[in-house]
Amino acid sequence: MLFQQIVNGLALGAVYALIALGYTMVYGILELINFAHGEIYMIGAYLGILLLTFFTVVGLTQNHLVLSLVLVFLGSALYCAAYGLTLERVAYRPLRHAHRLSPLISAIGMSIFLQNYVMLAQGSADKVFPHILLPEPITFLGVPLGPLQIFIILTSIVLMIGLHIFVNKTRLGKAMRATAQDKRMAGLVGIDINRVIAVTFVIGSILASAAGVMVAMYYGLVNFFIGYVAGIKAFTAAVLGGIGNIPGAMLGGFILGLVESLGASYISSEYKDVFAFLILIGVLILRPGGLLGEKASEKV
Amino acid sequence: MSAANRSIRFGGSDGRPASNLKTLSYIGIPVWIGLLVQPFIGSEGALALAVVTFLGGLLWRMAIRVSRSVQFRPQIGILLEETGRLIRVLSGWKPADRQRRALALTVTGAVLILPLVLNNYIIDVLTLAGIYVVLALGLNIVVGMAGLLDLGYISFYAIGAYSYALLSTRLGVSFWLALPLGGLAAAAFGVVLGVITLRLRGDYLAIVTLGFVQIVHLVLNNWDRVTNGPNGILNIGRPAFGTFVFSRPIHFYYLILAIVLLTVLAVDRLNRSRIGRAWIAIREDEIAAQATGVDTTRLKILAFALGAIWAGIAGVFFAAKFAFVSPESFTFFESVIVLSMVVLGGMGSVPGVILGALIVVILPEVLREFASYRMLVFGAVLVLMMIFRPQGLIGNPRRRVELQFQDEGRRLHMPMNGKRV
Repeated sequence: MLFQQIVNGLALGAVYALIALGYTMVYGILELINFAHGEIYMIGAYLGILLLTFFTVVGLTQNHLVLSLVLVFLGSALYCAAYGLTLERVAYRPLRHAHRLSPLISAIGMSIFLQNYVMLAQGSADKVFPHILLPEPITFLGVPLGPLQIFIILTSIVLMIGLHIFVNKTRLGKAMRATAQDKRMAGLVGIDINRVIAVTFVIGSILASAAGVMVAMYYGLVNFFIGYVAGIKAFTAAVLGGIGNIPGAMLGGFILGLVESLGASYISSEYKDVFAFLILIGVLILRPGGLLGEKASEKV
Repeated sequence: MSAANRSIRFGGSDGRPASNLKTLSYIGIPVWIGLLVQPFIGSEGALALAVVTFLGGLLWRMAIRVSRSVQFRPQIGILLEETGRLIRVLSGWKPADRQRRALALTVTGAVLILPLVLNNYIIDVLTLAGIYVVLALGLNIVVGMAGLLDLGYISFYAIGAYSYALLSTRLGVSFWLALPLGGLAAAAFGVVLGVITLRLRGDYLAIVTLGFVQIVHLVLNNWDRVTNGPNGILNIGRPAFGTFVFSRPIHFYYLILAIVLLTVLAVDRLNRSRIGRAWIAIREDEIAAQATGVDTTRLKILAFALGAIWAGIAGVFFAAKFAFVSPESFTFFESVIVLSMVVLGGMGSVPGVILGALIVVILPEVLREFASYRMLVFGAVLVLMMIFRPQGLIGNPRRRVELQFQDEGRRLHMPMNGKRV
């Protein structure tokens, strides 16, 4: 029972962590909370369902399950990257030098817009993930574990390792780190800031799309408002680990997932959404820099 | 940089000739949009949207060309200023000369007498508008004056409404006593939220207050013993004077009118007081304000409390008017609606906020057939206002300068459309 809850928590946490990475990377570079990031995740989940339905109709799923799943992930990632790019271009870039409140309000507006766009286009009813045949649960230490949960945890870890390598080993990753440290200075040494920011949004959106598709597979249905709560929770995870800090977001996501899963089963399932907010408020009061973050002082 | 560079375009700031990019954007943007929406609305819808965007782009270009040749733009500016002035006059704001006073008098008369001949539906819409004016003015204290982005404002509205619902159904407390009590209960929660979020900067504050709405909503939904869960509380007592019971829409109309007037007076006084000036100082630069001796801690909490009072009062009125409350009336979306009123009208500007509230409530009623597009439009309005007119329809002049140029070192060198220097 406990072990199973831990695995559930880790799967949930992996999803939070993937979304949290998008928040934390954008915050690291723009010092902006990308409120609409949760909606990108929601769009990713919808695309997962729409694409898989399409492949099922075409007949690809029945014959080549793995291939069609790979295509679903890639297609969703491609679209979410395009949405993320457009989001940045339309709602944030024109406000790059505006008052602090402006991009924030613009982000909230974008989030509301995207939610309602999906609701109007796809209806407010739950969208159901097409049924696909999955292997039997694996028994580990006498506990049956869903293959999906293991798949989610493993995929997330692979993506996170990929991100880690990208940020620390590639030229573009180096440019990203430089931009996060000092945007103007990075611009002066020849880094194309706009390109770096666009890449950040693309990567964040791809990670969110993977999270979205996996959640759609896991729960079997999505709705247009899933991005809102997941977005806040992922943001909590990012803050918990220290916003702007990439390993922090991963750690925060897993911790939050565990707390929520254990809290829901041992304390109260009705109030499970409250745990995230209590953690958020607690962290912000007691350790605003987050677990792995440095003790940040107010920027003057 | 040439004028061609001003066109909206995608892609990086590389050295491609601007004219090519411009031509590309004619086709490129519609194609891009069409591709983006295709999986969601289908091929036909996507094609239609792409064509509309393309034609819209053409029209936009033509409009710009025409406006350049006939000096159209300054005229639009004058038009907006004049409309703004007219509305300022109409709202009875600072009647400086005789004409303005006469106009103000006319409007006051119309507001007082006209509802006597209007039908109940219109009166109900106006009453609802009144509630939102109070809410928007209250939020304006927190967001517009003190510059604290509070997304949890609707929770105070909920607290006011549930205070009266419980006081009335459980204890039989009268509306008139509940009105200040509901306000105070909301203010108390405002202080709590203010203390919790004291150390947080703008964006963190927004998230925590967002969490606050969610917590309040969950508690209202799940604490069945007290709030009766999702079913809400029924049969809330109506306000009464002796034997006269407020029952018809018109009664509630005059009641909310009185509350609106009280709010406007109070908020206006507050705006011009020492406290109001201190809030503005905090909004413009918290550290500088602190350095000049403003007690930022106390004043930020005060802003939350004084903002929340109005939400509490509006909530009590809401519960009395509909005699029913349920958690569904107090969601994050309501917070966004109130916020869009403040942003649309002009943050920090009292007449602007009133106008914003009236537009946001009345326009969807007029355009009934587009009702489902309401939230979509509000979202777009928030984004577009921030990009094109951050000071709102009737901007507060000080706020306007502040919103346009604020970035250390780049102040005044940087046009607000965000091009790199």
